[in-house]
Amino acid sequence: MAEPFLSIQHVRKSYGSNTVVQDFSLDVEPGEFVSFLGPSGCGKTTVLRMVAGFEEPSAGKIVVAGKDITRLKPNQRNVGMVFQAYALFPNLTVAQNIAFGLKVAGMAKADADKRVAEMLDMIKLPQMADRYPYQLSGGQQQRIALARAIAPKPKLLLLDEPLSALDAKVRVSLREEIRSIQKKLGITTIFVTHDQEEALSISDRIAVMYGGKAEQVATPFEIYNRPATKFVANFVGTLNVLEGKVTDAASGKVQVNTQEVSLKGKLNGSKSGDTLSLALRPEAISLDRQPGHDTSLSGEIAEVHFLGSVIRVRVGIGGNTVSLDTFNNSATPPPVVGEKADISFASGDMLVLH
Amino acid sequence: MKSGKFWAWVVFIVGAAYFFIPLMATVEFSLRMRRGVHSFDAYQIVLGDARFQSTFLYSVIAAVFTIVLGVLIVVPAAYWIRLRLPQLRPIVEFITLLPLVIPAIVIVFGYIRMYGSNSPLPFLGSNMGANALLVIGYATLSLPYMYRAVDTGLRTIDVRTLTEAAQILGAGWGTIIGRVILPNVLIAVLSGAFLTFAIVIGEFTMASLLNRPAFGPYLQNIGANRAYEPAALAIIAFAITWGCMSLIQILSRFAPKSANRPN
Repeated sequence: MAEPFLSIQHVRKSYGSNTVVQDFSLDVEPGEFVSFLGPSGCGKTTVLRMVAGFEEPSAGKIVVAGKDITRLKPNQRNVGMVFQAYALFPNLTVAQNIAFGLKVAGMAKADADKRVAEMLDMIKLPQMADRYPYQLSGGQQQRIALARAIAPKPKLLLLDEPLSALDAKVRVSLREEIRSIQKKLGITTIFVTHDQEEALSISDRIAVMYGGKAEQVATPFEIYNRPATKFVANFVGTLNVLEGKVTDAASGKVQVNTQEVSLKGKLNGSKSGDTLSLALRPEAISLDRQPGHDTSLSGEIAEVHFLGSVIRVRVGIGGNTVSLDTFNNSATPPPVVGEKADISFASGDMLVLH
Repeated sequence: MKSGKFWAWVVFIVGAAYFFIPLMATVEFSLRMRRGVHSFDAYQIVLGDARFQSTFLYSVIAAVFTIVLGVLIVVPAAYWIRLRLPQLRPIVEFITLLPLVIPAIVIVFGYIRMYGSNSPLPFLGSNMGANALLVIGYATLSLPYMYRAVDTGLRTIDVRTLTEAAQILGAGWGTIIGRVILPNVLIAVLSGAFLTFAIVIGEFTMASLLNRPAFGPYLQNIGANRAYEPAALAIIAFAITWGCMSLIQILSRFAPKSANRPN
């Protein structure tokens, strides 16, 4: 296996008695796009700031391209960063903002001008060179901030919730643009976000963080489909959680309400009589039996929300409620509240949360 | 006319009269030097006086040095307090207010005792030393105005994020303060500079007790010994102050644009 480009090794950060990052380790491959995903206060920004050099780790080390940068100052790290609040210099024009890092590095004016023009072309804003930040929209400012961060050709790109201050439409287009630029340049990137859709859509890998620790580091597909912990399962995507009781551990039989489900090979050492939390993604459930669905549970329609192309249905199964979405079909009326209904799913899609 | 508007006009007229009647009276008096006619004789005498020119030039130079010293002390200090030591702000604000509470005469007596020709730091042993001490004293007197102006300017920008953005782009502290922070608080620094200029031009106590040939002692001397010339001097000083304000306005148009000052 190739040596990681960025290696965060057993990093811890404490402020007095308050530990905000606990023993965090992560290896990032060259050119990889890794997202730190988690709720506010989970330590994701603190880890990013330690990589940038704005915070010093209480323990552990950070290695970039084989060089220990743990104690280096931010201006010695050759790292690019985009901030949530854009942080463009208000007194400088767009071109001067992009050229700032190049000037600091002592690049000749002609070369710097060429590089600024390249960057403006890359972010598709060549006509904005002489504008001031206050003359730009939020999305444009953030693209300029991205160009400014990339212009000095940093070894590593850090993105600290760069889309949070933008409206929904701009967020989607800009995240795609960020990803395409990152792929084109092949620059190793760390992206901090609390938005799971953002993380799932653009990352090579995601580190889901909670309580200062990485709960799971895996591809978006793995994170979504095979969450390692209860927190990951709950945090990423919508999840139906059902309480079940192991009736026969050897054959994987679990009782949900009064009905039996077979979860052979998934019980991971649970004993008969244990209570388990079982999880199902809404898209894994249907109201009629689909090919491959080997398990069904009977219940009663509790709620129906007609959302146009999609109908969101909540089905009560004993003390549990399961949410599922069905596509609208003009030939079939939506289910009626109080009606008996059978839901079906593949037992392989059911997750046992530990 | 609505009664609210009527009273607003009354207040405006009373306020304007309060400011302009003494000014007009001073102008009128300054023109009466030649018996029976209005003339600019008093102005000609004042402006032609070599001591006026030398003392005024001395005070202008002292003001420029005071402003430079004030900016060099206050901008990095206020910046650092905002960035790294926000808990010290109340203490620093209190310290910067002290020159308003402690009379200049107390400060200058302290200087004379501390920096006399027999002290380890004999500022008063030479003309240059005494000039330097006067500038230091003026910088102290202008501290409350300069600090507040700069601090208010810093409040309008995101000091921490801008600093971090510059740092991550490779900038050192000199570049950050010189190219990022100072240009964005330039308007605030200019208003602090203007206040400093106004204080220095009219300051009497320090200049007099340190025996410096400044404009303040000259004004006092003329006022004590002449009739019409002090009125002419007052009007000239007023015009200089207004000139400074206009200059600040003009300069601020050329100052770097910021997101906080869109047009």
